[in-house]
Amino acid sequence: MGDWFEQNGALLGLALLDGIASAALIFMVAVGLNLVFGVLRVLNVAHGSLFAIGAYAAASIGLFFTSAGLPAWASLPALLLAAMIVGLVLGPLIERLLLRRIYSEEPVLQLLVTFALFMILEDAQKLVWGVQPVSFSAPVSLMGTVDVPFGADVIPYNTYQVILLPAIAVATLIGLALFLRRTLTGRVILAVTTDREAATAMGIDARKVYLLTFTFGAMLAALGGALSTPTASLVPGIGASTIVLSFAVVATAGLGQIEGAALTALMIGIGRSIAVTFQPELEVVVPYLIMVAVLLVRPQGLFGVVETRRV
Amino acid sequence: MPSSFQPTRRQALAAGFGSVLLPSALSAQAPAQRPSEIKIGVTTFLSGAPSVFGVPGRNAAEMLAEEINQSGGINGVPVRLFFVDEAPGIDHLVGEFRRLVQNERVDVMLASISSGSCLACTPLGEELRKVTLLWDCGTQRIFEERNYRYAFRTQANATPEILAPLLYLLKTKPDFRTIAVLNQDYAWGRDSWEIWKTAMDALKPGVRVVAELFPRFGATDFSAEVTRLLALRPDVILSTSWGGELDTFIRQAAERRLFERSTFVLPLAESSLERVGRSLPAGHIVGSRGDHWHQHPRPANPQALQRFVENYRRRYNAYPIYPTYHMAQAFSALRAAYAKAIAANGGNWPSDAQLAAAFPGLEFESPTSRMRIREDGQGLEPQLIGTTVHNDRFPFAVMDNMVVFPPEMVTTPAGQNSVNWLKTLTAEMVNRVPDPIRAG
Amino acid sequence: MTQPRIELLLALLGAAAMVLAAMATPWLKFVLTLALAKGIAVLGIMLLLRAGQVSFGHALYVALGAYTVAFLAPSMPDAALLLVAAALGTTVAGLLIGLFVSRYREIFFGMLNLALSMVFYSMLEKFYHYTRGTDGIRVPSLTVAGVPLDRVSYEWTIFGMALVLALGFGVFARVYLASPLGQALSAIKTRETRLDFMGVSSRNVLLSAYVLSALMAGCAGALIAMTSRHVTPLLAYWTASGELVFIAILGGAGGVLGPFLGAAAYELVRVYAAATVADMWQMILGAVLLLVILFARGGIWGLLSSRLQRGRVA
Repeated sequence: MGDWFEQNGALLGLALLDGIASAALIFMVAVGLNLVFGVLRVLNVAHGSLFAIGAYAAASIGLFFTSAGLPAWASLPALLLAAMIVGLVLGPLIERLLLRRIYSEEPVLQLLVTFALFMILEDAQKLVWGVQPVSFSAPVSLMGTVDVPFGADVIPYNTYQVILLPAIAVATLIGLALFLRRTLTGRVILAVTTDREAATAMGIDARKVYLLTFTFGAMLAALGGALSTPTASLVPGIGASTIVLSFAVVATAGLGQIEGAALTALMIGIGRSIAVTFQPELEVVVPYLIMVAVLLVRPQGLFGVVETRRV
Repeated sequence: MPSSFQPTRRQALAAGFGSVLLPSALSAQAPAQRPSEIKIGVTTFLSGAPSVFGVPGRNAAEMLAEEINQSGGINGVPVRLFFVDEAPGIDHLVGEFRRLVQNERVDVMLASISSGSCLACTPLGEELRKVTLLWDCGTQRIFEERNYRYAFRTQANATPEILAPLLYLLKTKPDFRTIAVLNQDYAWGRDSWEIWKTAMDALKPGVRVVAELFPRFGATDFSAEVTRLLALRPDVILSTSWGGELDTFIRQAAERRLFERSTFVLPLAESSLERVGRSLPAGHIVGSRGDHWHQHPRPANPQALQRFVENYRRRYNAYPIYPTYHMAQAFSALRAAYAKAIAANGGNWPSDAQLAAAFPGLEFESPTSRMRIREDGQGLEPQLIGTTVHNDRFPFAVMDNMVVFPPEMVTTPAGQNSVNWLKTLTAEMVNRVPDPIRAG
Repeated sequence: MTQPRIELLLALLGAAAMVLAAMATPWLKFVLTLALAKGIAVLGIMLLLRAGQVSFGHALYVALGAYTVAFLAPSMPDAALLLVAAALGTTVAGLLIGLFVSRYREIFFGMLNLALSMVFYSMLEKFYHYTRGTDGIRVPSLTVAGVPLDRVSYEWTIFGMALVLALGFGVFARVYLASPLGQALSAIKTRETRLDFMGVSSRNVLLSAYVLSALMAGCAGALIAMTSRHVTPLLAYWTASGELVFIAILGGAGGVLGPFLGAAAYELVRVYAAATVADMWQMILGAVLLLVILFARGGIWGLLSSRLQRGRVA
């Protein structure tokens, strides 16, 4: 064991770095989904579409900024702007027009409404952005690389991926935690997450809370997409693969738990990069193995609370 | 409570079903009459990640059909296209294949981008006795595992498409000792690596494989893989990936200077060149699944190539990529086969069987060369491989030092299994590689 | 007439209509066989829906049944034997997995099923040398109960098998739902704790439905493999599981006819959508689903049965 660490310790260090970078993105997408689920009790399949649309919008706005002759640093706010626009436009639209009609229905119907929406948006995306890969990597080039020592060698890493992304994720986590626990609106959201019936009985306007939370969740999904744009080429179908992963995170984390989402994202991100380094064939199943293992030990998820059973 | 508009709705429904439930008097072998149009079914990807090839393929088909019809059709008969999306899966595809053959009465099927689709459609075409042209899929298994009377391939297959870049590497940069592979985790990624590895072990034994990475199909981040490759410093990195994944891999590798440490061999990168721009540095090896290149140094018919490229660019605002050439080959072969079958039939319109009989040994023009379909149904297509270079004419990397491999050299002989054949290759083969041609 | 009688009559009428349609149009026979197969799988989904549980991973069993056929066909090329093998295999798998997942409810139940199906999907791609990855495996031509058949009679036989299985499973599901075990399923949905107070193990109730649903999905998978004659990992992808739940809602979760009505409608809509706008079929299907949920919550069966009720009252 000691020998193994001596030989592979440096590689393990590199894998950790990659894992943290990818965990940051996983967290950004999953936390929005989890928040929405916690409050609305709707597992939003269209979260994947919002991710994809956020990513495409970021590329479009970024490329527009570039062609308009704005300086290179403007590419970073472009990502944020895209997420805001997508979240603020699509979020309320989806909540008011669709979800609002089905809150009293069975969960399966709610889930299928979002599944239907996902199918529609999947083709709508194609109509707007076509099928050829779209990319916008200016932010990565802008921020350059950092050299990480590796034995006698150095390994260049993208500053964007190993510094900016984790920083944004941590800021989001802290910001969300503070918002939920310290502000009135946040506490109202938290109250609805913990006990919807009691919260409404105490006079909380659930509809307003739903609208707010969903819009916020949509913004987080779009932001996750926008942040992945600089490193990934966008093609049809990216929403579909993102959403399954986020589902796994939500179930592992415990419903509505943002700290749980962070820990799960970290486990999945690092687990996958370690797999790539030492046992690449395992990489795909890592998220699911983690989920099954966690649920075997903690059936309510990592941070989940046991709900009182109704009689 | 019957509402007043109900009868009309029923009528509308009945009208809709009428076209489906039309009784069919099937008679496959009936003497053929000159039809009012030639119906062509095309299966291609219209959604999902592979639509990066599927949609250009469809675009080319629409452009070619229009051109054919403007010039009076195939032997005076206009063509009409029916498209099927491969993305929903095999059961849907096979159902649509049947619908087109049995209900729409198409005259010929152009099958598939995905190898899985081809493997499902080819035997079905045979059962339904309908000429099926494999226009783009890569698997070499089709004609090596079975004989077909109705299926033909108007392009090469995985074996020449992978052997050619390997030979090019051995000729231009023979001194490598280590190699790593990063392919998409699906049949093409696995098959192409098996072909490369088998051929490499025969042509240059002793090369050490330091990493075999098969990230998930559709992956959007290769950071961990790039880290691994940076740490391993292999002499050569092979990737047969394509589409968004190849673009992402090239960009991430470029940002992190992986191209400075290793020579890349990217057999499908022609289809990404325009999109990745100058992210792809000079000095790396790229191919195009054939001899498809808008700056082909010695096209058989320069005017034809130029016309094809310019027409496509005018219509779709991008350089044509390899699937568009593959589509052109399928149309050209079909045209030549009709001419040949009609001549063989005393000037009368051919039946399905007579049309099929025209394909073995058929010669036809591709946009860049003259091709032939072998007796076993396999197309003989040259392979063009080059090294990237940056110049002032194009805002993206283009090919230089191009080698055009004659198909006979790199294609598995008829009746042999590719993997077994590759094992018999010897280092002497590298000496027979034609000399590179400088870009004009 | 009583409700079950009407249902039976409708089922027989539907079956006759399908046979007629298949006779009139050869390619429709193929689509209808698939619709029947999917209807059988959806029937299993419906049992779980009775208990308020949604599996987002039953494509796992469909794919398992299909791959069982593909793997065994070279050594045992007989449709009847293969169907039995697929049924056995998926029942065992359903029992083993069911022991684990029947402890969970709602989103955890749904997501665990999803996770397991995705693991299976990845394995089908990963074990490339056995499964041929995304290329998939071709199913050779099969005999039926020892009799070799030409293409057309083979297609008819599989169609007939699907029809008989559909009717059989339909009747069985009806009886099962009316039995105490089936009644207890609905109790899981409404007030599960009461079951436990009554000394009934809610876990075993759910497990029995789960194993049944796995068996039905497995038979469906076997039929799909024998019909399309080519299996690929896409059968196990999460969207395929979503499709099954989609069909359940489209058909209506009320009666046992719903799944088959839903499956036939789904396949036909998809074919029409694909024929008119080849690259927008997803949008059309999504819109249909949305309209059904928003304006016809009982699905096709709901529309049909309410019309029948009104007819009887009038």
